[in-house]
Amino acid sequence: MPKVTINGRELDVPAGTNLITAAEMADQEIPHYCYHPGLSVAGNCRMCLVEIKALSDKQNNPLPKLQIGCNTLVQEGMVVESDNPRVKEARRSVLEFLLINHPIDCPICDQAGECKLQEYYMDYGRYESRFSLGDKVHKHKVEPVGPSIMLDQERCILCTRCVRFLDEVTETHELTITERGDHSELTLAGGASVDNPYAANIVDICPVGALTNRDFRFQARVWYLDSADSICTGCATGCNIEVSSRRGSIYRLKPRANLDVNGFWMCDHGRTTHESNNAENRLQTSLVREGGQFVDVAASAAARRAAFGLKTVTSLGIVAGAGATLEEGFLAAKIQDLLGAGPRIVTSPATSDVPDDKMLISTDRFPNRRGLKALGYEEATSIDKPVDALLVLRADPVAAGGAWVEQLESLRATVVVSDRADETTGFADQVLAIGSHFECEGTFVNRDGRVQKFDAAVAPPATAVAGWQALADLLAALGGPAYDSQESILASLLDDLRDPSLVSASPSVAD
Amino acid sequence: MSEKVLLRFEDVSADLTDISQYVADGGYESTRKAIAELSPEEVLAEVKDSGLRGRGGAGFPTGLKWSFVPKDTGKPIYLLCNADESEPGTFKDRAIIEKDPHQLLEGIIIASYAIGCHDAYIYIRGEFADGYDILCKAVAQAQREGYIGDRLFGTDYSLNVHIHRGAGAYICGEETGLIESLEGKRAYPRIKPPFPAVQGLFGCPTIVNNVETLACVKHVIAKGASWFKAIGPEGGPGPKLFCLSGHVRRPGVYEAPMGTGLRTLINDYAGGMLEGRTLKAVIPGGSSVPILRAEETDIAMDFDSVAAAGSMLGSAGVIVMDDSTCMVHALRAISHFYHHESCGQCTPCREGTGWLDHIVTRVDLGDGTDDDLARLDSVAGGMLGNTICVLADAAAMPVQSFLSKFRDEFAAHVHDGGCALKDGRRAVA
Ligand SMILES: Cc1cc2nc3c(=O)[nH]c(=O)nc-3n(C[C@H](O)[C@H](O)[C@H](O)COP(=O)(O)O)c2cc1C
Ligand code: SF4
Ligand code: SF4
Ligand code: SF4
Ligand code: FES
Repeated sequence: MPKVTINGRELDVPAGTNLITAAEMADQEIPHYCYHPGLSVAGNCRMCLVEIKALSDKQNNPLPKLQIGCNTLVQEGMVVESDNPRVKEARRSVLEFLLINHPIDCPICDQAGECKLQEYYMDYGRYESRFSLGDKVHKHKVEPVGPSIMLDQERCILCTRCVRFLDEVTETHELTITERGDHSELTLAGGASVDNPYAANIVDICPVGALTNRDFRFQARVWYLDSADSICTGCATGCNIEVSSRRGSIYRLKPRANLDVNGFWMCDHGRTTHESNNAENRLQTSLVREGGQFVDVAASAAARRAAFGLKTVTSLGIVAGAGATLEEGFLAAKIQDLLGAGPRIVTSPATSDVPDDKMLISTDRFPNRRGLKALGYEEATSIDKPVDALLVLRADPVAAGGAWVEQLESLRATVVVSDRADETTGFADQVLAIGSHFECEGTFVNRDGRVQKFDAAVAPPATAVAGWQALADLLAALGGPAYDSQESILASLLDDLRDPSLVSASPSVAD
Repeated sequence: MSEKVLLRFEDVSADLTDISQYVADGGYESTRKAIAELSPEEVLAEVKDSGLRGRGGAGFPTGLKWSFVPKDTGKPIYLLCNADESEPGTFKDRAIIEKDPHQLLEGIIIASYAIGCHDAYIYIRGEFADGYDILCKAVAQAQREGYIGDRLFGTDYSLNVHIHRGAGAYICGEETGLIESLEGKRAYPRIKPPFPAVQGLFGCPTIVNNVETLACVKHVIAKGASWFKAIGPEGGPGPKLFCLSGHVRRPGVYEAPMGTGLRTLINDYAGGMLEGRTLKAVIPGGSSVPILRAEETDIAMDFDSVAAAGSMLGSAGVIVMDDSTCMVHALRAISHFYHHESCGQCTPCREGTGWLDHIVTRVDLGDGTDDDLARLDSVAGGMLGNTICVLADAAAMPVQSFLSKFRDEFAAHVHDGGCALKDGRRAVA
């Protein structure tokens, strides 16, 4: 590994690393706009200029020109300065150039608060304006470039990140730059519309407010948003995501970079998965039957009633959806073990009308099939062995059709654990209301066998509880072992997993 | 004056665009010699030994550039002849193309042979419509006579020559912009490294050489490296074309030995200043290079001497200005050009060229302030050396040099609300 010195700090950096990344490793920042680790190097913004005091141990005289950190790779003995007066002056000057034709409409810009122009101006700019307003070049400000994306050409700093994403990642080429010099503008390539399954990523990677999400525009000031690390439930790929919320409402989902799973991206469908979180049929509270009618009860009371109903059962079947977490699947299985063996099935279909693509999208629209199978669940659409009770976990088998209705009507007990009222909850004796996966912490195993934990972003509604909590209560009420946290459940279930090919979660990386 | 080689068409009565007359004049003998008698290594060694430096502007040693081509990549190697000639004040390549295209083709064939190229391209400026037709005809003739094509001169060396027309952007002359354009993309210059010699056209090793450079290659082989070296200074010898324009009696392109005095070029070659005018300033190497005041013009015109005088030989576009010239207005024309031609890729150039143009225009119109003059200098300073290609430097250097050398004139525009030289406005436009 080459040894380099950045601002006086010496460190070993893997060969092939550029100076922006090497500086991060040394806890130093080289500000940049056009460089993105998921895209080719364009070298056009010139924000990352640094001084090379020595190119290598063999060539240790300073380079006369400043060099761009994004396109300069480490070499043994390289000495770099990114914070000396010469570099700072060049950077101040680049910022000034970027801002002379910028509209500076921060008060009405959605990017405000997470804008690299604002951020670097505060860190490295701060000069008296020397450009007269009348000289600014004007361009189009509100230009829809696709069903979900709005472009403000004046705010665009022409870093070409979006163009490169569409050229290199999706290979759909919808955006291009036309004209030249300070009349250059980002625009749709003849007749195109940015309408591909990954389009919204360009909004994320735009360092300024030029590309905005038509959904999220003017919805919230980003500095009021809370964020949580999560895993997308849109399909079996398990893209790592960040959930932004405010006062219990979810505003948007963005990818978290994870080179082993989703790179730096997620699909547009995944971004919409939070929409059903506020659906009308969300369960606010657990339900038990009183004289044939459902009445609201506290979570613990519902668990006790369910335990009472299951106590004398000798064969319990479990019907799970592939959206159930590992923890939930594990606790349900423990309950089953306590009462006597029975079938465990996953009913969610493994394929859909969305085909696998060569990027991220999986035809399996559920996040944890692999995890449930590792816990011994089998894929089936019905339970053919005789059972006298069912535990339904985040599944709606009735809606899928088949002989479920007769079967449910013949059972001694049916307990449904769900975050929403659906066709199956209507046949339940008890409904344990739980949070959606945005409201619980838990673990999924993606299609490649990667075990990935996620956090709760918001609290479950009303008296609903986390899925693991509801099942832990039921297990305890039946006299089983007590679990008091998601972590403790995960710790004991990891030993139980039957799939040696599973791999532990890899950490997300910065982008 | 020594015998002309590059502008031989001026000395002979033959029409050198016609291949039979060209061959009758001894044409294609050097090409035959190179391919039939010399190895590629021997050709390269001869060119290296000649001390030939590139005539496209930067003066990079040609043989050294060729030696950077890796031979073992398994990829094709390309030679690109840069015939985009668009630098204001420059019109030398055009003379070669229109009057003596076969000497250029000979240079291309010999250079291709030396570097192992089997497909050479001539990228010609779009506006050169006549030049394009002449070159097409010349290539067709050379193919017919067997100087271009398969198994040249009975050897197993083969070469195709393709001609591609630009569409009218100065930046297509920058070698990596040219490569992008040839690949069918916008001429956005590439970041270097990698350099074209290693990764150029279609990702393959590529050499880009100027028209005049390649023409010189032919003469190096025809007359030998020692003949070439004996012309002009050791650090950059050879015959040279100088483009004289502006307030001289006989503007035009002249061939003279490298190192000829700038005053000699103006007075003896171009016939001196216009009647009754005196020399005020000279831009010695095309609009991109720093300007020289009259008292700084007693210099030899070769790469090192002009550099020592604080400017550059560049494309040898010698723009001569007399005492009627308004320096602010002249700079305005230059700044406007670079504003118009910046490709817009790099922040400092995209924004800086426009900003400079605005301020210079304002000062020229009498609306400038003292702050504007300080600003000009610092805006130019923020562009210099900080971009992907040197167009930004080409825009910034004239601003800084005009300002430092003609400060009083700029200050007078600010304080007197415009130009005292009323006629000066029209002198350079
Ligand atoms: C903005 C710009 C424009 C250029 N235009 C030309 C041109 O029109 N013709 C040319 O030969 N070189 C031009 N050059 C120089 C080329 O990049 C390159 O250095 C040259 O073609 C190399 O040839 P040489 O080694 O034979 O000089 C230009 C450079 C820049 C930065
Ligand atoms: S829209 Fe954003 S990402 Fe695209 S070029 Fe402009 S600033 Fe860059
Ligand atoms: S590819 Fe799958 S996991 Fe990734 S964002 Fe899309 S739906 Fe979610
Ligand atoms: S310096 Fe100017 S012309 Fe050259 S690449 Fe950058 S923006 Fe384009
Ligand atoms: S990040 Fe290096 S030039 Fe933009």
